[in-house]
Amino acid sequence: MEIHQKRMPLEGEERFSSGCAISGLFNKNGDRFSGRDAITSISVMHDRSNGLGGGFAGYGIYPEYKDFYAFHIFYYGNEAKRNCEEYLDEHFDLINLSKIPTQKHHNITDEPLIWRYFVTPLPTKLVNSQLDEKEYTARCVIHINTDIKGAYVFSSGKNMGVFKAVGYPEDVGEFYRLDDYKGYSWTVHGRYPTNTPGWWGGAHPFALLDYSVVHNGEISSYDANRRFIEMYGYNCTLQTDTEVITYMIDYLHRRQGLNFEEVAHVIAAPFWSTIGRKSEEEIAEYTYLRNTFASMLITGPFSIILGFNGGLMALNDRLKLRSLVAAEKGDMVYLASEEAAIRIIEPNPDRVWHPSGGKPVIVTLNK
Amino acid sequence: MGINYLYPDFEVHRDKDKCINCRVCERQCANEVHAFDKELNRMIADDSKCVNCHRCVSLCPTHALKIVKTDHHFKENANWKGEVIQDIYRQAESGGVLLASMGTPKDYPVYWDKMLINASQVTNPSIDPLREPMETRTFLGQKSTKIKRDDQGRLITTTTPQLSLNIPIMFSAMSYGSISYNAHKSLAMAAQELGIFYNTGEGGLHEDFYQYGKNTIVQVASGRFGVHPGYLNAGAAIEIKMGQGAKPGIGGHLPGSKIGEDISKTRMIPEHADAISPAPHHDIYSIEDLRQLVFALKEATAYTKPIIVKVAAVHNISAIASGIARSGADIIAIDGFRGGTGAAPARTRDNVGIPIELALASVDSRLRQEGIRNNVSLVVGGSIRSSADVIKAIALGADAIYVATSALLALGCHLCRTCQNGKCNWGIATQKPELVKRLNPEVGSQRLVNLITAWEHEIKEMMGGMGINSIEALRGNRLMLRGIGLNETELQILGISHAGQ
Amino acid sequence: MKRVYVNEQWCLGCHLCEYYCAYANSGQESMVKALKDKTIRARIKVEEKDGISFAVNCRHCTEPLCVKSCIAGALTQKDGLIVIDQDKCVGCFSCIMACPYGALMPNEEGVMQKCELCTTNSHMLPVCVSGCPNKAIVFEER
Repeated sequence: MEIHQKRMPLEGEERFSSGCAISGLFNKNGDRFSGRDAITSISVMHDRSNGLGGGFAGYGIYPEYKDFYAFHIFYYGNEAKRNCEEYLDEHFDLINLSKIPTQKHHNITDEPLIWRYFVTPLPTKLVNSQLDEKEYTARCVIHINTDIKGAYVFSSGKNMGVFKAVGYPEDVGEFYRLDDYKGYSWTVHGRYPTNTPGWWGGAHPFALLDYSVVHNGEISSYDANRRFIEMYGYNCTLQTDTEVITYMIDYLHRRQGLNFEEVAHVIAAPFWSTIGRKSEEEIAEYTYLRNTFASMLITGPFSIILGFNGGLMALNDRLKLRSLVAAEKGDMVYLASEEAAIRIIEPNPDRVWHPSGGKPVIVTLNK
Repeated sequence: MGINYLYPDFEVHRDKDKCINCRVCERQCANEVHAFDKELNRMIADDSKCVNCHRCVSLCPTHALKIVKTDHHFKENANWKGEVIQDIYRQAESGGVLLASMGTPKDYPVYWDKMLINASQVTNPSIDPLREPMETRTFLGQKSTKIKRDDQGRLITTTTPQLSLNIPIMFSAMSYGSISYNAHKSLAMAAQELGIFYNTGEGGLHEDFYQYGKNTIVQVASGRFGVHPGYLNAGAAIEIKMGQGAKPGIGGHLPGSKIGEDISKTRMIPEHADAISPAPHHDIYSIEDLRQLVFALKEATAYTKPIIVKVAAVHNISAIASGIARSGADIIAIDGFRGGTGAAPARTRDNVGIPIELALASVDSRLRQEGIRNNVSLVVGGSIRSSADVIKAIALGADAIYVATSALLALGCHLCRTCQNGKCNWGIATQKPELVKRLNPEVGSQRLVNLITAWEHEIKEMMGGMGINSIEALRGNRLMLRGIGLNETELQILGISHAGQ
Repeated sequence: MKRVYVNEQWCLGCHLCEYYCAYANSGQESMVKALKDKTIRARIKVEEKDGISFAVNCRHCTEPLCVKSCIAGALTQKDGLIVIDQDKCVGCFSCIMACPYGALMPNEEGVMQKCELCTTNSHMLPVCVSGCPNKAIVFEER
């Protein structure tokens, strides 16, 4: 990290914009499949990335540890690792720890130390904190990422994991040996930053607890969103859209208890003119959400796929300034920036559609 | 007569070749500058009476008139400037406090002019407001901190009272008394048509204007003029005026000469008695007293009206604002030191308080640091001169802005800064019936509507340029601003980077 | 028919309407050239007393007494507008006697003139209306 810092400003030291490719695959039945299809899907959109960041999120990949938070951590140096592990030790029971298995890839270089920990909050610490388990864990993650130099937790959910690196996403998938993981849901991201920050933590998906976000776009509301969400204990260290979007979703869904549909009505709120045409009850509800969480409206182009335990939500900005295609085949749901990225893995979908701006596509596991 | 130490500031220049002796200048000048000399068969002027209000210039049908700053001067002196010397002469003559009006004319930095706005290029599309929706609707009031649901899991959508504005611009407080009936009527009519609010100021609400109640903010100031339950319930919101940007720490004084029958009735004070607003509210000597008044007013209006607390921007404004945000107030209005006034001691106006840009930036940051920014809405005023100022104020963190001087200019004010004389030739800052009638509210309100509509177009255009299609995404979006020619401390207070960064 | 109406509430007594009228009907391109050092003969006249003022010009009556009184057939009603054919006017002043508003007056040559709502000059719309600084004079259908 230090070396990079001398050459270029790091992610978080400056705000970079980027274009991107995203893709998502989901089995409603909960049947688990390897990361191979996600790799294949994103490779079709190779030209939407520029080799400066790629990553995956898989859900249902750690069934044997499903009750524990799986922390994936980048370390730049052993000191960072020592400091971080000391902190983890003070706050969590460490159930298991290991290096994340990787295989050398000629396009993936400069890798940091990449470790995985299955943890659960120390009961006494948790009780003393007067926080619920998730809030406690989230705060610890934010603390590490903000205050422990050279350590970066890039995945912190249960029974899910994020795998990301600087490189083309299909190479990143090979590097992390995603053939060896099986999940019922995968999201993947290829990045096209306009700068070359080249920091692994800056690749996407961005995740907090079990929320992971892949995002294509550049939001014009960024600083309004950031300054608002930072009031509630979040710290936007990366200065990326994806980070702030993830925090807002975490705040609205986990902390305020809005459902995902309602979350969409906040961050991609319908225009007042559209709201005005709805029923009286809906007008009251939409107006309430827009007014109460006004500073969480996202403007500017975005398409996101949000992963969470048990589901996916895809959402476009309200003008649909970024492409997003959805398709279904049996129990499978596909989402991608381009239709080709779906047809390469499912040539004959039952249905293909283009979700309208601001209208969320939410899929969850069959009960 | 003694010695006259003061030479007239202005000279009336009349182009004799153009003057047709129509005498409109003479008829329209309440200061009696112009006269027709029968013997000479031409118009003459007494420069010493001219206040440079341009009424004659504007009405002269042949453009024969102009008012020129005199080039008569004292011996050059960078320290003892002419105006300084003249002020001393005036005080040596009168033994009194120097009075002035409107905002300070002194050359203090205008930070609006040292900030630049961003626009989208390549990575993010700009949006054309003529083709796509561009939203400026704004709600002012406390926001819920925690959502609640009923037993069926539906959202409970009741909120504390909110003001809904079509565009986040309001006309700020100017009392009936300090300005005329017709000026008030113009503001009320325009606020109604624009879907925004005007503010009664501390002079009560004339019974004719109760019909504009839905677009009216009623003010409660230290003099409590015209305050009664009907008044409090007549408006859409109540503003407690703690201070005014042009004269922080100073009360108000409307001379008895201006208290005619109508004003006496509206203010609920005897005719021709001076209306004196004390410097502090004598029931508010501390923040906990403010909380009591806030809730007294809420009780009086059955919790149906948001309460605004208006304060002048002073040195510790962020701490004050933080206190107000916890006082139960719904909206904080901050008035910067360049704000206008109908009359203020000149030394106070020109030396007390701080610029609104810095006050706004530091208050917004402080409220966010304390996590209470959503407890209150923030309205700022004190010399918002254009739509660009509005954009910059909102990007710094304001929910809405207050304009008064700009509104008066739209009504014809030429900023001659002699409101305190009560002889406003434009029918604004006067109570003389023959002058008041010069402002036809039909004309005045239309000009106000035009101005705000024009600003609205410009705001939408610039928002679109930034790729923002709703005003809330601009609010506090300081990345959209860059400083130009500002030092580190200024940039740090404003919370913005320098241009090029 | 659209007529010129006056709202005395807003009349400031500035007399600008008179000057604009005299200028408009002068045929001159510049107001200075038209009115400099001249006694103006406007077809609109501001009446003033006790602080009340208002401008008066031809009301274009539906039953115009001036037309009835004209012995030369110079005054006629055309689509509601009362117009004068100055070539026919013999200067008998009967119309002046008949008009209750004092809306007719002689020009420099002793020929009658009156407001024709600026239809006969190059201005097309009444200049007293556009020249009024306070919308005290309006041109509208009532």
